[in-house]
Amino acid sequence: MEKIEFEATPKTPYLMVDPKTKTIVINGRSIPENTVQFYTPLFNILDKWIAEKTKDKITATIRLEYFNTSSSKCILDIFKKLQELHKNGATVDITWMYEKDDEDMMEAGQDYQTIVGIKFKMVEVEE
Amino acid sequence: MENSGIILSFKGDITSDLLTSVLQIMENRLDSFQEEPKIKKKVYHVLVECLQNLYHHMDEIPSYINGKDRSAIFMIGKTDEGYSIITGNYILNENVSGLKKRIDEINALTKEELKEYYKQVLANGEMSLKGGGGLGIIDIARKSGEKLEYEFLSLSNNVSFFILKIKITNKNN
Repeated sequence: MEKIEFEATPKTPYLMVDPKTKTIVINGRSIPENTVQFYTPLFNILDKWIAEKTKDKITATIRLEYFNTSSSKCILDIFKKLQELHKNGATVDITWMYEKDDEDMMEAGQDYQTIVGIKFKMVEVEE
Repeated sequence: MENSGIILSFKGDITSDLLTSVLQIMENRLDSFQEEPKIKKKVYHVLVECLQNLYHHMDEIPSYINGKDRSAIFMIGKTDEGYSIITGNYILNENVSGLKKRIDEINALTKEELKEYYKQVLANGEMSLKGGGGLGIIDIARKSGEKLEYEFLSLSNNVSFFILKIKITNKNN
């Protein structure tokens, strides 16, 4: 599969998925009206890795400034797929970054950990 | 809109491009008020959800009433205590009681209960094709920290006008 790289727009984050290194980066704001459409290429790659039962190391770094509620569901789906990969034997490293003093974003990260049952590396960053 | 300066008001079709423009304008305005990041984020966040609610969930009303199918209004104001966002859209009468019940239920929850409810709906709720499957209004209430005020104005046997007023203040959040 080809590497995916979308530049950030006012409504969508920078999204990069490198199948070679199995690296995923999401950075910016995620507030599109049609969220599913935006995340479908990422879902497809994750589904492919699940089908292959990969045991590789997968690194996901997520730094969101804002996300809307329809993105929140898609982000959960990404984590669910990563959890499945983890169950299949892959090493899954998830880093959740949030801006200093952004309690809502920190809590969102904690909520996802609780729902999905994977431990994230929580990283506070200066604005 | 007591004691409030209107920052932006709009009446017309709610399109994706319109939302992009409005959000950019509002972001600039909030920057120009030198608002602290916390309240700026809250206002922006609530605005995204409100406007996308209008975009996704507006009932299609026959054009003889409305002129345009996707027409709605919204107003953003600065008050002494913070900000207010008011939205107005047409709704079919058959959907009024369901929406009223939903807002009343959300208004009855405490801050902690809202947080838990959000998590529960996120974890178990089915994603609708249109959006977050009911998360929007919960999120608005969470971020606002105030009770949601609303009104349904009956216009005809079939159609009402739904007004939602959201206050965003800095207190205990």
